[in-house]
Amino acid sequence: MNVLIYLVPIALALGLTGLAAFLWSLRDGQYDDVEGAALRMLGDDDIT
Amino acid sequence: MAEALDLSIFVKREGGNAHIDLAVEGVGCAACIRKIEGGLKQLPGVVEARLNFTNRRLAVDWREDELAAVDVIAALEDIGYRAHPFEPERAEADDARQMRFLVKCLAVAGFAAMNIMLLSVSVWSGTADMPQETRDFFHWLSALIALPAAAYAGQPFFKSAWGALRARAVNMDVPISLGVILALGMSLVETATHSRHAYFDSATMLLFFLLCGRALDHAMRRKTRAVAANLAALKAEFAHRFEGAEVVRVPAAALKASDRLLVRPGDRVPADGVVLNGSSEVDESLVTGETARHAVTTGATIHAGAVNFSGSLTVRVTAAGTGTMIDEVERLLEKAVAAKSAYVRLADRAARMYAPVVHVTAALTVIGWLLAGASVHDSIVTAIAVLIITCPCALALAIPTVQVVASGALFRTGVMLNSGDTIERLAEIDTVIFDKTGTLTLPEPRVDNATDLDAALLQRAARLALSSRHPLATAVAREARERVPFEGATEEPGQGVRATIDGTEARLGSAAFCGIANIAALTPGASTIFFGHAGEHAMLVVRQTLRPDAAETVAALRTRGLAITILSGDREAAVAPVAVQLGVKDWHGGLNPAQKIAAIEALKAQGRRVLMVGDGLNDAPALAAAHVSISPISAADITQAQADATFLGDRLHPVYSAVAVSCEARRLMRQNLWLAVIYNVIAVPIAIAGFVTPLIAAAAMSGSSVLVTLNALRARRAS
Repeated sequence: MNVLIYLVPIALALGLTGLAAFLWSLRDGQYDDVEGAALRMLGDDDIT
Repeated sequence: MAEALDLSIFVKREGGNAHIDLAVEGVGCAACIRKIEGGLKQLPGVVEARLNFTNRRLAVDWREDELAAVDVIAALEDIGYRAHPFEPERAEADDARQMRFLVKCLAVAGFAAMNIMLLSVSVWSGTADMPQETRDFFHWLSALIALPAAAYAGQPFFKSAWGALRARAVNMDVPISLGVILALGMSLVETATHSRHAYFDSATMLLFFLLCGRALDHAMRRKTRAVAANLAALKAEFAHRFEGAEVVRVPAAALKASDRLLVRPGDRVPADGVVLNGSSEVDESLVTGETARHAVTTGATIHAGAVNFSGSLTVRVTAAGTGTMIDEVERLLEKAVAAKSAYVRLADRAARMYAPVVHVTAALTVIGWLLAGASVHDSIVTAIAVLIITCPCALALAIPTVQVVASGALFRTGVMLNSGDTIERLAEIDTVIFDKTGTLTLPEPRVDNATDLDAALLQRAARLALSSRHPLATAVAREARERVPFEGATEEPGQGVRATIDGTEARLGSAAFCGIANIAALTPGASTIFFGHAGEHAMLVVRQTLRPDAAETVAALRTRGLAITILSGDREAAVAPVAVQLGVKDWHGGLNPAQKIAAIEALKAQGRRVLMVGDGLNDAPALAAAHVSISPISAADITQAQADATFLGDRLHPVYSAVAVSCEARRLMRQNLWLAVIYNVIAVPIAIAGFVTPLIAAAAMSGSSVLVTLNALRARRAS
């Protein structure tokens, strides 16, 4: 059962990372224009 | 004519750069994004241009010394897009913040529910051979996740419940909050006493499901509001203001009292005012519903929303003092709105009965088990199971999910809802009152005899009309299929417009101007305009015409068993033919706003539930007085703000859809409530008897929620 001592915190840490990433993306405004994001990737970006 | 345009009230200054928000028309594909953003970034001085495709809005930042707001709009026009300056409303910013908060809560609750479930499942499946230390470790870990998560994600419910309790009322959030807090508190005690079961999973799961419903509901309403705000920007009015000797175009929102304005023929009067100079005829149909035009001269008072017909007017904007039309309308509005707020939502009504029953049942369960000799601990666990199983999850979801699905269905048919309980109130109506002008009829006059005329001749007349600003010509121009004006067309003020087509002169205007004898026998509310070209000539009758599907819609509403009435501010002579055409026997003309309200109050006194459909400024108080109200998107701003729903387009059918979808939605809401009740009737006795552990209760509760949600999806079909 000793394995739990570090496996459970790792699992939690991974979950928290996911949550943090989601909250960051929300704060970053990535869900403000969901339809636009789907279309923007179709345009060719000039490589400069 | 190049004229100065002053957009300064829309421009915000941030850190040395200027910023403007624009609502853009005609954005429809991926290419538009690049075209608009790329095109703007090429302008010298533009720092950033970002198009939000979801709500069709463009945010532009630029260095103010190099560029003006007008240049940005002109550049967009060159690329082929019309943009309208936009003042994001305060309510919208609050809305966005609220939405963000709900999604954050949802994410936290989701994270907590998933991780705790992971721990619970192992405890649950390994109960037999799991050492007590491991179980306690898992329980403490669950507590560590659940307590902060619930404290954060539960805020929307706790705040609402606290607000209700302080107002000495009970809403749906009270039992939810109580259930969550009790489950968490009890679980902590269980964990501390090394018991087998803790219920952190049930509590967080419950929060997650409820937040899903809240967030969906909120997202739908936000979308509706954004579309409505864009439309408002698209039809925002401009005024020509004298600044010294110069005339500058300014947004109507920038006008102040005692400004002097120039109102040209074809312009809409942007503010209430007094005529200083000039004489003309004005059409006040949007203000009063009256379709006949009034002559105005120096000293006359004119109201915002009236259309100037023949001559130029100089107008002084009057202070927002007493006695103006808007003022009168607002005074009546206040009274009517106060009367309506007494309406209680179905969900809250259910909660009012439900919450005490649940709490009493749980309390009785504890007392009952204690009296039967059970331990305090076992009695409380059973009571928690009762609370969780009756936790009005299904009940809480039963109504909002149907509302979300139904408002989505309505959105697709062109109906936008302004308030959350519109659907419930729409389903209750038994009488529909229509305004005439702009509601049963199209908001803009059309050529009434278009089908009787030679098509080619009409097209020539329509293209010629494109070169004139006169309201009658504007109506004729709407018939043009090819929207290209003739070259070299010149307008003779007060007479008409002429151009050379295929070598011969064509004229559109008064009978005398076209050299035609005026043979018109004028019907009330109609105007005539003449067209002559190469020996051919035609008389075009311009009038308010009925919406193309008005008769069908009225008939369809009647087959649903609804009584139809027309209340109009227009003269009786103008209302009568419309009533005959639609087969409506109950109609009244020549009513002022107070009389419209009186008519509605009389119906209400008979116990009728009235749906009012109207667009004019004079309808606003009546809309507020009615049980529920709808207005077309062409309505005056104040009217639209008052209506519970607005509909788009030239057709009247959305009114029928609104009623039909709402009735279907109410049927589903009732069905859902019954499903929830039946579930409770079966589950609660089992829970009281002590056969249900809180985990099973949580699973059963989730199952009933899913059932209710799936049932709600059926509301899509009604449209």
